[in-house]
Amino acid sequence: MVMKKAIITVVGKDTVGIIAKTSAYLAKNKINILDISQTVVQNYFNMMMIVDITGCCKSFEDVAADLGEIGVSMGLKIRCQKSEIFEKMHRV
Amino acid sequence: MINIFEVLETNKMILEENLDVRTITMGVSLLDCADASLKTTCDRIYAKLTRLAKDLVKTGDEIGREFGIPIVNKRISITPAAIVGSACCKKPGDFVKIAKTLDRAAKKLGVNFIGGYSAVVSKGMTLADELLIRSIPEAMATTERLCSSVNVGSTKTGIDMDAVRLMGEIVKATAERTKDRDSIGCAKLVVLCNAPDDNPFMAGAFHGVSEADAVINVGVSGPGVVNHVLKSIRGADFETLCETIKRTAFKITRVGQLVAQEAAKRLGVPFGIIDLSLAPTPAVGDSVADILREIGLEEPGAPGTTAALALLNDQVKKGGVMASSYVGGLSGAFIPVSEDQGMIDAVNAGALTIEKLEAMTCVCSVGLDMIAIPGDTSAATISGIIADEAAIGMVNQKTTAVRVIPVAGKKVGDSVNFGGLLGHAPVMKVSKFSCEGLVSRRGRIPAPIHSFKN
Repeated sequence: MVMKKAIITVVGKDTVGIIAKTSAYLAKNKINILDISQTVVQNYFNMMMIVDITGCCKSFEDVAADLGEIGVSMGLKIRCQKSEIFEKMHRV
Repeated sequence: MINIFEVLETNKMILEENLDVRTITMGVSLLDCADASLKTTCDRIYAKLTRLAKDLVKTGDEIGREFGIPIVNKRISITPAAIVGSACCKKPGDFVKIAKTLDRAAKKLGVNFIGGYSAVVSKGMTLADELLIRSIPEAMATTERLCSSVNVGSTKTGIDMDAVRLMGEIVKATAERTKDRDSIGCAKLVVLCNAPDDNPFMAGAFHGVSEADAVINVGVSGPGVVNHVLKSIRGADFETLCETIKRTAFKITRVGQLVAQEAAKRLGVPFGIIDLSLAPTPAVGDSVADILREIGLEEPGAPGTTAALALLNDQVKKGGVMASSYVGGLSGAFIPVSEDQGMIDAVNAGALTIEKLEAMTCVCSVGLDMIAIPGDTSAATISGIIADEAAIGMVNQKTTAVRVIPVAGKKVGDSVNFGGLLGHAPVMKVSKFSCEGLVSRRGRIPAPIHSFKN
């Protein structure tokens, strides 16, 4: 079975519990984190997670919407996108 | 593996630089809907469109949400209606019934435009072609989402000047029939030369007879992305400038290719082409004119504009061709006036004239596009403008087009507002010298010598 990957990005002011809250949601929904990286651009905290959504029982759109709401509750922008858009754009 | 900077770059393009997929256009052949009965033809058209495209809007929105990229328009193009209605339409009013059927299907499906109320008359008009053309003013006045186009010439056939003369009158009549809405009917009517069969962009989209039963064509966009990246290399030499545009066009087009393949797979319809056009919108920061400024012009229309546009157009193609398996449609930078805030500003500054825009159309797609002209411009003058553009297309083996709006009751200096993607525009000056003697001649202009390649 081909692994289905998604990219989760978190942008906003750094605060306690960003990774904890996000990863708790992912664990609950059987989404495996493959890689995490973070950087600060123009005083904004940027985090990216590459996750495996193959085993997730929720629809992709629901996961994206849930993560968006978690972001709103912490004053952050959380986006969840299928990874192909980045792979297509940046790899020949 | 993808790194964080690449991910941030993509999302910055989408969130801050107006990167989007401009349109997923499903081309549908209506050849099998033709019947001697007008009612049967209309019923078959409605049934086929609402069956094949029933999930088009939903699928486009789903893909947009999953990849996090806006897919602005979902549209349909059809076989030129003059062909579909040739057996059953005996008067212009019969074609208007087909027009209303198409509009009704578009509303039912939720697509914002349906293109292909068209006639391809590059060498001559059949009776049905002429009837359809004569029905355009009424069709445009009584529909909302229908787009019409007439192809009056090609490099292989020359220019049908009888059709050019007729289209001058039809553009005027369409303006008059829709005068209560700033002559908006003309904003959905385009006259083409060398029209492609697989164009996903309106108003000139139709599903040519060379195409399969149904196909998915995608138009990408992204002038804001190109403009932004050029800001970061101000003053660089031409090699750097061109390489930067090319690389950016590659990235933009890859997104279009992904969306096209996904849409084709989910809808069970073959992927046709990606149209590489840089298509502006009236939104600030989504302008081709701003790219020209960034290349080094005080205003578009200044000397050097044609060279800057030629360079831009060529690099977009070079980057885009590598990024997509099939490229087609119009594929070049668009320079509409009302749909590009930067162009509107250039006209208001007195920098840009119709004559300079005509020169610019020699090196880019598509032509004199979305230009408001005085309402008292004569039909013959409009035909003359069409003939000039068609000649540029015919001789240079490229698509050219004219979409001018002779706004009823408006003069130079007035402005008009079409709303939404169609934008707003200042009324531009047109030459007051007559071309009546040329336009009133009968027949056609022969194909140019370099078209004889057999």
